[in-house]
Order: sequence, then structure tokens, then C-alpha cells
Amino acid sequence: MRESGAGTLDTHEHHAERGFWRTYVFSTDHKMIGKQYLSLGLFWAVVGGLLAHVMRWQLAWPDTAVPGWGEVGPETYNVLVTMHGTIMVFFVAMPILLGAFGNFLIPLMIGARDMAFPRLNMLSVWVFALASLVLFTSFFVPGGAASAGWTGYPPLSAKVEYTGVNWGLNLWILAHALEFAAFLMGGVNYLTTAIALRVPGMTFFRLPLVIWQQLTATTLFLLSVGPLIAGAVMLLLDRIIGTHFYAAEGGGDPLLWQHLFWFFGHPEVYVILLPAVGLVLDVLPVFARKPIFGYRWIIYSTIAAGGLSFIVWAHHMFVSGMDPRLAMPFSITTILISVPFAYIMFAMIATLYKGSIRFDTPMLWALGFIAMFIVGGLTGIFNGSAPADIYISDTYFVVAHFHYTLFSSVVFGGFAGFYFWFPKMFGRLLSEPLGKIHFWLTLVFFNVTFFPLHNIGLAGMMRRIANPLEYEFLVPHQWINVVATVGAILLLASQIPFVVNVVWSLLAGKTAPKNPWEANTLEWTAPSPPPPLNWGTTLPVVYRGAYEYSLPDMAEDWLPQDRALAARSR
Amino acid sequence: MAISAEAEAIPGILPGKVGVWWFLASEIMLFGGLIASFIVFRLGSGGWHGEAAHLSVPIAAVNTLVLLTSSLTMVQAFATAERGDQRGLRTYLALTILLGLAFLGIKAYEYTSEILAGFTPGTGIFWSFYYTMTGLHALHVLAGAVVNSILLGAGRLRNPHRLELAGLYWHFVDVVWIFLFPLLYLA
Repeated sequence: MRESGAGTLDTHEHHAERGFWRTYVFSTDHKMIGKQYLSLGLFWAVVGGLLAHVMRWQLAWPDTAVPGWGEVGPETYNVLVTMHGTIMVFFVAMPILLGAFGNFLIPLMIGARDMAFPRLNMLSVWVFALASLVLFTSFFVPGGAASAGWTGYPPLSAKVEYTGVNWGLNLWILAHALEFAAFLMGGVNYLTTAIALRVPGMTFFRLPLVIWQQLTATTLFLLSVGPLIAGAVMLLLDRIIGTHFYAAEGGGDPLLWQHLFWFFGHPEVYVILLPAVGLVLDVLPVFARKPIFGYRWIIYSTIAAGGLSFIVWAHHMFVSGMDPRLAMPFSITTILISVPFAYIMFAMIATLYKGSIRFDTPMLWALGFIAMFIVGGLTGIFNGSAPADIYISDTYFVVAHFHYTLFSSVVFGGFAGFYFWFPKMFGRLLSEPLGKIHFWLTLVFFNVTFFPLHNIGLAGMMRRIANPLEYEFLVPHQWINVVATVGAILLLASQIPFVVNVVWSLLAGKTAPKNPWEANTLEWTAPSPPPPLNWGTTLPVVYRGAYEYSLPDMAEDWLPQDRALAARSR
Repeated sequence: MAISAEAEAIPGILPGKVGVWWFLASEIMLFGGLIASFIVFRLGSGGWHGEAAHLSVPIAAVNTLVLLTSSLTMVQAFATAERGDQRGLRTYLALTILLGLAFLGIKAYEYTSEILAGFTPGTGIFWSFYYTMTGLHALHVLAGAVVNSILLGAGRLRNPHRLELAGLYWHFVDVVWIFLFPLLYLA
């Protein structure tokens, strides 16, 4: 690898002469790859969001024609549920929170010029694009797209006859395999880069917290995805060549899939949550003008939560028919995992305490994340303890819970990061008023959409049913479904200011200065947007941690990581 | 003026090696998932010993020897490369590839005789595991042989570092077989 270092340099050096294809498509530049992940993720967000709206329409006004879609039958509804979940978790949350922010921020924040393996990085995004193509194609093959739920439980998923979907589900498995390969390549790259390419002075305990969160999330992904890949191979073999892993009649066990899936699946939710937590942790001190509260303990908590996430998976399976003696240990580990997260939320709030808070758009989103995630975290305690969960399992209470956690991570956390780093990514400023309108509308209609789902879940509405009016006990509660659907439509409409904002800013926005938010971390010392290879002829040198705001006896209330102490007196 | 990300790594840390170790960590979890599933099923149900008795222990034992010898030649290739002996390096690397291919050949013979005897992946849960685990392992051996062939075909090796990375992977594939052999054939 090393001997090729001098060779790759020439292609970088002549970046000014590189054409359109080398700059925007076949680029090895981590910033462009981050933007490619961002674009693909936003494309899928539109697809996944539209699927959600078709679902919500069907739930509010069952068996009426959905505008722009037509009538939704139960089979199509199963496809909608499956593909919405798959797309949002694997093709929106991961590419945006890990792919886009990880690629863009890791080299810039540690002072590197690029990832440790730039070509592997390009391969990663292209394999992800291929996965996207395969998943998109699966909508149009005979039999339609996968419809066995985003968790793909056998026996439903193991035999073609059960769902009537043949190629759709095979392509669904293939798209996952490609997606995992893409993020394995990305993950190896992230970890190697952060271990090997930190600039002088950038010790592990001076890294910005978003980097710590990215690295922990990546480690969780690398160590948890293997068993699911093994499980997916078994599922594919069961479907194609007739092995018996999940078929009880051949000596197999359908529960094996649930164990393998959730051994991955629970760390996976932290793979999504942790980067979002990291984005918020890095936004808060900048706009509170205060050092982050308990920097090291946030890191220790993150690692503890990551470790615990490997021994909580069966809390997804309390009603699956597994040995009931397992319920109590898994309840205990699940409730235990709320301790480190409670600490992190506490540290976020403590960072605000007595700060000089600036309510710019990124800060609003970060505060929104704290408020909304706490709701999701608290309902998690009910889901995590077996006695309560046996009652609410597979109801809309659970749907409300994971939308409060995942939606707050991807949307509130993601937009906090997006509004914060947009000037660095694209060299333009966004409109503050439009950003604030976007935030408030999203906050209100997110709650209108998802809060009532708690109530209808406790009233007994099950997940994944296509027509609630078929169940007599749900008919009196149907108005809740209508409220949630109206909320969802307005939630989608609330994204219009965002689209206007981005398009207007890219076309005619004000040019962004180097450091518009007066922040400390290294990326703000590079030009906006940073050139290929990020830094001039010399790398930055780091003298201090990332969060030194409002120090006494200083004229300015921030102190960048690369400023030597001698430059301090002025 | 030489500017590249890789050239500016922290002294003493080889990015390639760090990357390969992280990759192997995820591979351990892949085979770990399969092996753990196998053990749970094996402990949970009877009658597996009878199924396993249809496998040929002598052939698999010879195959184990072949694969372990290939690890020895891989180490020898690296050792000779560090001494700067290009001819010795190429000989040992070629031997490693040949032994890897021999392993695959013997495995293919085994598969053929088992399938001809009527034991296919659909015969039962033991055979499902047997074919999946050994098949996935064989794919890894094949991948290793391809990597080694690329190194051999690339001509003069200036830096033994790459050989070390390929070696790490090759030894990992061997170690997996050391778990598979007793679990599937002897247990």
C-alpha cells in the first residue's frame, strides 16, 4: 500500500485538470464520496417517504384510491411496509449518517488529506450504488418487491409460495449483501484512517466526539454484520437450493433467523443512532459557547453502550416463542443499556446549562433531537421489559417508539449536522429564516404524526395490518389514524422550505467564510469548500481538545484546535 | 512534491495492516455466526453423529495437512522476501497457491462422492450446515489463491509488506478450517 503512495499523488496534484467524470463521478476524494452518499441517501429518502405516505393514506381511508398510486391491496401493503423499513434503515439512515458525514468529516476533523484507502472508498460508494440499483429494480420484477417485512422472518420469507414473491425477495437479499459489502469497505477505511492518519497532536482524547461516535458505530457494524451475512446466505440457500436451516420439517428452526437478524439488528440501531448523537454533540458546544460536559465520560458511555448492544438482541423476541427464561436476562441488559445513554443525554443538557446559547438553525435541530429522542428513549424502557412488552409487542406503540428514536436520529440529528456543515460542504450559506421555518414545521408535524400512534398502539392496533377497519375494536379509534395521516402529509409538505433553501443557496447563496459558526474543530480551518487533499503544503498541528469555548482571559470566546498557545495573547 | 494521504501516516502504524485486521475481525464474526448456529443445533438435537459418519475423515485429514502446509510455505515466502531473495519468494508463493488449489481439488472430489452417495444440501440439517460452512470456506480459499496469484503475477516485489497482508488473510482461512474440521468431521 505504502509504496503506491507517491504514485497516487500525481492524479491528486492535477485536480484542476480533471474532467467532469473524475471530479463528480469516479472521484477518490472523500468529500465528493460523502456527497455521493448524501445524494443517494436523499433520493431513497424521497422513495421511502412516498411509500410511507401511501401506507398512511391506506390506514386512514382504507381501500380508497391513493392519489397518484391507486388502490392498495393487502399484498401491496406488505410490499410497502417491507420496502419502507428496508429503505429507511439501510438506504437512507446509513448512507446519510455514516456514508455522508463519516466520509466528509473523518479526514477533515483528524487533519488527514483523504481516507487511508481512497480507491477502496470509491469502490464502497459504487457498490452501494449497485445495491441501490438492485433494490430499485426489485420493484419492477415479476411478482413485485419483497413483502416479508423489513426483518424478513422465515418461514414467510423462506418459501416463494408464502408471499408469492420470488425474484423480489432474492434481489432484496442481494441488495443487502451489496450494501453490507459497501459499508464493510467504508468501515475498514474509517477505522484505519482514524487510527493511522491523525495529525501530530491529535490524540484519541482530543478527537471531536462525532469522530468517536462514528468509530464506535463502525466497529459495531463490522462486528455485528457477520452473523447476519451468514444468516442471509442460509436464507438464500433455503430459497434457492432447498437447504433446511429455517424449515422445522427438515430439522431447522425459523427462530435461528430471528437470533441472527437481531444480533445484528440491535447494534444496527446504534449504528444509526451514534453518528446522529455525535453530530448533536458537536453542534451543542458551538452554539452554547461552552466546553462539552464530561467529554471523556461521553466516550466511555458510548463504548459501554456499544458493548452492551451485543447482549440485548432477544428483547425483540419476547413473544417469538423462544425459551421464556431468556426474557429476564435480556430485560435486565436492555434496561442497563439505558444508563450510558441517559448519561449522554444528561451531558448534552448539562452542556447547555449557563451557556450563551445562540439559536441558529443547527442548534434548533440539535435541541429538537434531545427533546424527541428522550421521548423515544423513555418508551424504550416499556418495550425493553418483558412484562410490559408482551402486551405492547408488535403494536403501534412500538412503531411510535422506534420512529421517535430513529426519526429523531436521522432527521433531527441529520439536519443538525446538515445545516451545520453545509457551508463547509458546498461553500454557500443557507437561509436562516427558511431553516427555522423548516425546523418548526417538522417538529410540530412529526409529533402530530407519531405521538397519537402511542395511543392507538395501547388501544391494541397491530403493526403491518392493511385495514384497521376490519377489526371491530379499532373502529372507534380510527380518528387517530386520520390525525396521524394528515400529520404525515403535512410533515412531507414541511420539507418544501428545505428543498427551496438548498436549491436557492446552491444557485445564489452567499459565499461561506472559512468559519461561519466560530467553531474550534480542524475542518473550519480549511477553505469552504476544502480543496482536494484538504490542506496546503503542510498539515495542521493540533494543540488542544475540540471544545475550548469561552476561556477566561481571552478576547475571543473560541480557541481553534490548531492555534499554538503563543498566539493566545493579543 | 509528494503529497498523499497514505504517505502521512503516523510512523510505526501501517494502514494496510490495520485495515486487514479490521476486515478479519468482521470475517471472524461471519464464520463465528455460522459456527455458533451449528453448535446450538448440534447440542439441541440428536442423530447428528450418524450423519457425520458418512463423511470421510481420512480424506479430510489429508486435506487439513495440505492446507496447514500451505501456511508454512506462506510464512517461508514472507521470510525469504524479507531477506530479499526474490527467487525463493516466488517459489514459495507458487507452492502456496498450488497447495491451496490442491485443497480445493480434494474438497471437490469429496463433494462429488458425497453427492453421488445421495447426500445433498437438502438431505437434512447436518448436510445444510456441512455444505454451507465448507462451501463458504472454500470460497475464501479461492479468494486467497487469487490474491496470491495477483502478487505472484505482479512481478518483482519491492516491499514484503503486501505479502504480509496476504499472509494474514491466508492464515486466517487456515484457522477457520482448523475449527471446521473437528466440528464437522470428528464431533
